[in-house]
Amino acid sequence: MKMNIISALLYILLAPLAGALMDGVGRKISARMQGRIGPPILQSYYDVRKLLGKQVIAVSPLQSFLLISYLVLMVLTGALFFSGSDILLSIFVLSTAATFLYFSTVITSSPYNTIAASRELIQIMAYEPAVILACVGFYLAAGSFQVDEIASTNTCMLLYTPGFFAAFVFILTIKMRKSPFDVSTSHHAHQELVKGVTTEMGARNLALYSIAEWYENVFLMGMAGLFVINSHWWSIPLTALLVMATFFLEILIDNSNARMKWENMFRLSWEVTLLAAGVNLLILMLIR
Amino acid sequence: MAVVIFLICFPLVMALASYLVRDDRTRNLLARAGVAVIMAAVLWLVFIWISGGRQVINCYYDTEAADHIILAVEVVLMFIITGLCCRHRKYWISLLSIVPTLLIAWFELEGPETERISHIQIDHLSILMCLIIAFIGGFIIIYSGGYMTHYHQHHVRIKPRKNYFFAMLFIFLGAMFGFVLSSSLLWIDLFWEITSVCSFMLIGYTRDEEAIYNSFRALWMNLLGGTALAVGIVYYGYFAHTVSLDTLVAEGMHGGEFTTIPIALIAFAAMTKAAQLPFSTWLLGAMVAPTPSSALLHSATMVKAGIYILFRLAPAIGGTRTGMLVSLIGGFTFFVTSIMAIGQDDGKKILACSTVSNLGLMVACAGIGKAETIWAGVMLMIFHAISKSLLFQAVGATENAIGSRNVENMHGLMYRIPMLAMFIFIGIAGMFLAPFGMLISKWAALKASVDSGNVVMVLFIAFGSATTSFYWSKWMGKLISRSHVSGSRHEDITLPDERLSLYVHAFLMIAVCLLLPVISRLFVNPLLLELFGQYKVVLPLEVLILLELIIIFVFAVPMAAYRYSKRVKTNVKLSYMSGINMGDNNSFVDSFGASRKLWLSNYYFSDKFDPDRLMVYGQIMAMALMIVLLCLIVGGILA
Amino acid sequence: MAKVKESPWLLHYDGSSCNGCDIEVLACLTPVYDAERFGIVNTGDPLQADILLITGGINTQNKPVVEQLYAQMPRPKVVVAVGTCACTGGIFKECYNILGGADTTIPVDIYVPGCAARPQSIIDGIIKAVDLFQKRSDEHDALMDKQKRKEG
Repeated sequence: MKMNIISALLYILLAPLAGALMDGVGRKISARMQGRIGPPILQSYYDVRKLLGKQVIAVSPLQSFLLISYLVLMVLTGALFFSGSDILLSIFVLSTAATFLYFSTVITSSPYNTIAASRELIQIMAYEPAVILACVGFYLAAGSFQVDEIASTNTCMLLYTPGFFAAFVFILTIKMRKSPFDVSTSHHAHQELVKGVTTEMGARNLALYSIAEWYENVFLMGMAGLFVINSHWWSIPLTALLVMATFFLEILIDNSNARMKWENMFRLSWEVTLLAAGVNLLILMLIR
Repeated sequence: MAVVIFLICFPLVMALASYLVRDDRTRNLLARAGVAVIMAAVLWLVFIWISGGRQVINCYYDTEAADHIILAVEVVLMFIITGLCCRHRKYWISLLSIVPTLLIAWFELEGPETERISHIQIDHLSILMCLIIAFIGGFIIIYSGGYMTHYHQHHVRIKPRKNYFFAMLFIFLGAMFGFVLSSSLLWIDLFWEITSVCSFMLIGYTRDEEAIYNSFRALWMNLLGGTALAVGIVYYGYFAHTVSLDTLVAEGMHGGEFTTIPIALIAFAAMTKAAQLPFSTWLLGAMVAPTPSSALLHSATMVKAGIYILFRLAPAIGGTRTGMLVSLIGGFTFFVTSIMAIGQDDGKKILACSTVSNLGLMVACAGIGKAETIWAGVMLMIFHAISKSLLFQAVGATENAIGSRNVENMHGLMYRIPMLAMFIFIGIAGMFLAPFGMLISKWAALKASVDSGNVVMVLFIAFGSATTSFYWSKWMGKLISRSHVSGSRHEDITLPDERLSLYVHAFLMIAVCLLLPVISRLFVNPLLLELFGQYKVVLPLEVLILLELIIIFVFAVPMAAYRYSKRVKTNVKLSYMSGINMGDNNSFVDSFGASRKLWLSNYYFSDKFDPDRLMVYGQIMAMALMIVLLCLIVGGILA
Repeated sequence: MAKVKESPWLLHYDGSSCNGCDIEVLACLTPVYDAERFGIVNTGDPLQADILLITGGINTQNKPVVEQLYAQMPRPKVVVAVGTCACTGGIFKECYNILGGADTTIPVDIYVPGCAARPQSIIDGIIKAVDLFQKRSDEHDALMDKQKRKEG
């Protein structure tokens, strides 16, 4: 119990750091892939620090409270996850957080934001089945929805749940807002309809959004790591390796694909989820 | 147990009274008083039941006279239906009433002697239903008092028949009480027919062409179910010499003789009542009626009757082919109708699709027939009843205020009529957001389907909940966005009795959500014990407590954040429109240099998720599924 | 004082020009010049930008647009006029619809001449703008502090 609280606290304290570093490393790797030097590793941190110091502006004054709620719920999602509680619970808090982001986008009711908000909803619809099914996969393989019990089994989850993992990595591209699925907003200079959901975020609100994104990315990587980690010592380096490989893969996908239309994103992610996770589900159910 | 008889008969008296009273004010007062009496009676019933140690109460064993009255009423109903069908030249529909009535009459008069059974049974499930009917249904009647006043101001062409409307609402309540308290299948059949006819009358209230068409569709679909029910009852009574629902379920649990066919037929009937595919169209068509009747049909009565009977049957159908049929159809309906809701922009249609969809989930839970799934199903039923009723009433009041129930016209409702928008917001949040009960129940349903090894169901839930959150968030977004309507305020013309009902519902919504662990422990677990003889803890206490914390968190955080952000000095800028705003966020410079107004709209994907086409496909698929599985069931018996 | 010079975000607006400077600005982002190594991001959104980069002159039609974009940027902000047209109106100066350089509409801080301006000089201009941005940011912070102390 004590350990659980400590790890949740560690997440709350360290996730922004890790998230910022991850973002910085991602940008560096991207730059290197394109033959550029790229920004410093701490660039994302610099950006947020600057954004926090600027004049507080907003299109709708109501946006910032929704974004704060989004941020706090995102922190709660990760804290629940890393404290080893029920994984479905944290997924549901995650979806509520996503709804708050949607509200914060739509409340400005500007043309770009309205389009982006609709696309954000489509993204949620596209990725949600795979995330829920991943939880089901854990449950089938480990016999529990509790994260700490899943993490302390004797075998590597991935052996039982390769299909769930494939589907999860597929929709991770959507969740991490990487090309080809960055239809609602992107990290690149080649913008999607200006800046998608972040269009009307003034400097300070954008900082809140970025911090929430750091928390989210760490949580997502944690979830990817959950596919490997188990009670053996060797699983820890293996988990680190898998997380890094997944992260690298996402950047590679990001740099080697052009943005898709949302129809294709939606269709593809559902198809992949149904095929990979669905077949895996069927097999796991049969051998149980 | 006179209170039971009172509950069944008093609404009928009230119906007669409100039919005779011509003055609106007097009738509204009368209705309020009547509803209060009904609620008090239900509370009294609950009190008796609790003071009796919450045991199952069986009573009214010898009811020769009542049986004859019931048969007589059934024959009268047959004549009414036949008369109506003849007047509208839908002769064939009357067959669906004549055949079962004659069958039942033959069975009662000429059929074999049946076992002596109790006719009234009071247990957890029927108490729960009574509470839902009395309180949700009761407040809907109170709400109608205010609603109908405005309704007829807006719809001047429709001849007001408010006395008739109220009479029907009261009969409906009475029939529902009878339905959930009876344990004799013959009594159940009568109340079943009454609700079918009542809903037919309510749907046809406006008497225009569409209403008549839809009401007859509702009638034949429900009568078809009623026919299946009657055949099932007579079959079982003829061979097993008893018409007790309890015996049927108890025998069915052990795979008793002669139980498969009646259970399958009753389950079929329940699915028509619960508007499952391919019979969903009647509930979607029921939207032509005034809102209170839709609210009543969707949340407290009619469709819940189907769910109720399936929950009763659940222990007997779990793991059988009938159970497979029921759960597959339910899951399929859940998924398809939730996609269908994406393409709708009419508020009431979205509500209707979502009702069918949620009913599908409950039906599927019943079909799997494990204690865990019934836990989820019962929870779904409670939460769905409250939030759907709230939503219908709020949308109805909004329609009266802004003259439209189209979601697009609710743009910025939060700034125009904050109170109503708040109610819609709470209602929708209750339907899918994290701290509220629906999501928790869905979670339990998911867990239970995994446990019972139902792959298809898991997939349906995973994909269906994604589409569900899509159409709900879309609507919520519409409420809170401003721009092209900013400044145009609407007068809130909601009347006090409408307001009362809305407040009570919103309060109930949040209270039930907070009391979830208590309800689960004190009520739902004993309910499962009664139905199954055992229960498994679905959500352990730690999780429930954690859940409570999250609930408080999700409420507290936005509030605290709101208070905080109000203090921060914010410089408000124009929204980004590539620098061509015309001084505000509502218009921009077009290519002719002229000002053009901005108009924002949601995505509906009518080309991709065309609801009508989906409905046809869904019906065909569901029909095929049903035929295949019915063949399997029949084949299983013959083999 | 917060250090902001590591993270200058640009808003690029192309006024009435031949698009030559426009292309050169984009060239700055390519691997050859890689402006991102200074933390420069070419954001498309005035609400998040620190430095407004204008290429091309101002005409009667784009004047209100430039004014609005400038107004939408949060303080502190810096304006860089890139190319001769943005500095003075350039070759289009005598046209009936041209008002002149960017400074006819909004206060310009840094002028980057050239027709078209070379990427090297654009980056040089931006770096100068970044220093100015830091200075203004410090001033802005000091002002805010003063205000806070007054209120507190």
